[in-house]
Amino acid sequence: MKINVYLADRLASILFQVAGWLSVAILFGIFALLLFNGVKAFAHVQPSEFFLGTIWNPAAYDRPQYGIISLIFSTLLITSGAMLIAVPLGIGTAAYLAEMAPASVYRFLKPAIELFAGIPSVAVGFIGITVVAPAIARIFGLNNGLNALNGSLLLAIMALPTIITVSEDAIRAVPTTFREASFALGASPWVTLRRVTLPAALSGILAAVMLGFGRALGETMTVLMATGNALAFPNGFFDPVRTMTAAIAIELGETARDTTHYYALFAVGAVLFVISLVVNVLSERLARRFRYKNE
Amino acid sequence: MRNKVEVKNLNLYFGEKHALKNISLGIPEHSVVALIGPSGCGKSTLLRSMNRMHDLNSTVRIRGEILLDGHNILHGNTNPVKLRRRIGMVFQKPNPFPKSIYENVAYGLEINGVTEKDKIREMVEQSIRGSSLWDEVKDDLHKPALDLSGGQQQRLCVARAIAVEPEVILMDEPCSALDPISTAKIEALILRLKERFTIVIVTHNMQQAQRVADYTAFMYLGEVIEAGRTADIFGQPKQDLTRNYVSGHFG
Repeated sequence: MKINVYLADRLASILFQVAGWLSVAILFGIFALLLFNGVKAFAHVQPSEFFLGTIWNPAAYDRPQYGIISLIFSTLLITSGAMLIAVPLGIGTAAYLAEMAPASVYRFLKPAIELFAGIPSVAVGFIGITVVAPAIARIFGLNNGLNALNGSLLLAIMALPTIITVSEDAIRAVPTTFREASFALGASPWVTLRRVTLPAALSGILAAVMLGFGRALGETMTVLMATGNALAFPNGFFDPVRTMTAAIAIELGETARDTTHYYALFAVGAVLFVISLVVNVLSERLARRFRYKNE
Repeated sequence: MRNKVEVKNLNLYFGEKHALKNISLGIPEHSVVALIGPSGCGKSTLLRSMNRMHDLNSTVRIRGEILLDGHNILHGNTNPVKLRRRIGMVFQKPNPFPKSIYENVAYGLEINGVTEKDKIREMVEQSIRGSSLWDEVKDDLHKPALDLSGGQQQRLCVARAIAVEPEVILMDEPCSALDPISTAKIEALILRLKERFTIVIVTHNMQQAQRVADYTAFMYLGEVIEAGRTADIFGQPKQDLTRNYVSGHFG
C-alpha cells in the first residue's frame, strides 16, 4: 500500500512537471514557428522596407509593399486610446468597489463586471458595428464611424473587467492598518485612498494595467469588425485602421501558401509576439520594483 | 484636575452583541490613564470609541456621550475627520506607511494643510526627536520605514501621531509586539509625553500600567468595574473582582 501511494505521488509529480514544461515548450514552439516562417519573407523583401515602410499593401498588382509600421502604429493607436479610457475608469471603479460600495450595490455590480469579461469578442464587434459606430458618426459628423476611435472604445470596454478585477484585488490586499493609521491622523477617506491605499496597491494596479494592455493588444475579432480595416496610414482616431492582428486574420486565409505575402504575415506575427512579450516582462519587472514588504 | 475626556453612560453594540455596558469614566488632563482587563473585556473597543474609529464599521451602534472639553464627540454634528486631528492614535502593531521615514511623519502635516517645506522639515525633526528616535534615524530619513526594527517603527508611529499636535493620544497595547528593551523606551516616552498630551493606554501588562499610569480603570465583560488612582487599584481595590484580577487569579 505504501509503495502505491509513493508511486502515485511520483507519477503525479512527473505528470505535472511535464505539463509545466510543455507550456514552456509550446511557447517557444510558437515563436520558433513564427520566426522560422517569418524570416523566409526576407528572401524577397528588404528588412528595411519591412521594418521601416509605412505602407502595407501586399496584394497590390504591380508593386506589393510590406511596410509593417502602419500596422504597428494602428495597433498602438487603438490600444493606447483604449488605455486612456480604461485605466482611469478601471482604477476608479476598482477603488469604488473595494473601498466605498455598499454591500447591496457590490453584490450586484461585481458579478456583472465579471460577466462582462466573458462576452465573446464577436458580440462586442456586433455592438461596435450597429451601435457605437453610428453614434460616433452622428456625434462627430462623419459619414462612417468604423474607425480607430470605435476600436478604442470597444477595446476599453473589453479591457475594463481585467483592469477592475485585478486592481480591486490589489486594493483589497492593502492592510487595513494603513487605512486606520491614515484615518487616525485626520485624513478623509478620499485623501487616504489617494495618498495611502492606491500607492500601497501600486504594484498590483500596474500589473492590472499591463494585463489590460496585453488583452487589448492581442484582441482580433472586435477590431477586425469595427475599425474599417483600411490599409492607408491613419492620421488620427477618426481614420479607419488595420491592426496587426486584423491583418493576419483577414489575409492569412486568402493568401497562397509559401508566397512572400504568406511569410510576411508570419513575420508580423513574430513582431506582435515580441511586443506582447516585452509588455509582460515589463509588467513583471515593474510589479517587483514597487512591491513592498508586507509584514 | 479637570477631565479632558469624559465618558458618560456609554453603550456600544456590535450587531446584537452588547460590547460596552453603561460606561462612565473621566480622563484627567495631562495624565496617563490605563485601561486594563482580560481579553475581550472591551478596553480596545472603548479606546476606539474615543476617536470614532468605529465609524468604519457599519454594524456598530453607540448610545451615550463622550465629551471632549465638554463637547459630545458622538454627536452627529461632530466631524470625525476633524476630531481625529485632536485625538491621535498609536496602534497595537506598528503600522508605518510603506513610505520613507520622513514621509511617514510629514504625511499628517501635509494632509492637515502645512505646505511650507521648511516648516514641515522642522516639525518632522521635532516630532522624531520627541519620540526619542532621532539619533537612530537622522541619517536615514529617506529610507523605507519598514526597514526599521519593530520598536523603532512603533516610536516612528508615535512621532507620526504627535507631529499633528493632538491634544489626546490613544494607545492600543503599543508594546504588545515589542521586546522588553523597546518596551522600556516606549514607556519612558509615554511618561515624557504626558507633559504635553493626555494619554489613554490599553494594556495587558499590569506591571506596565503601574509603571506609566496615574489612573487605572479595570474592565470586565464590557463594564468598568473599578477606576481610580493606579496605586489604589493595585494596592487596595474595593471590588473582589478587581483584587482577583490584579493579584493574578484570572485574566
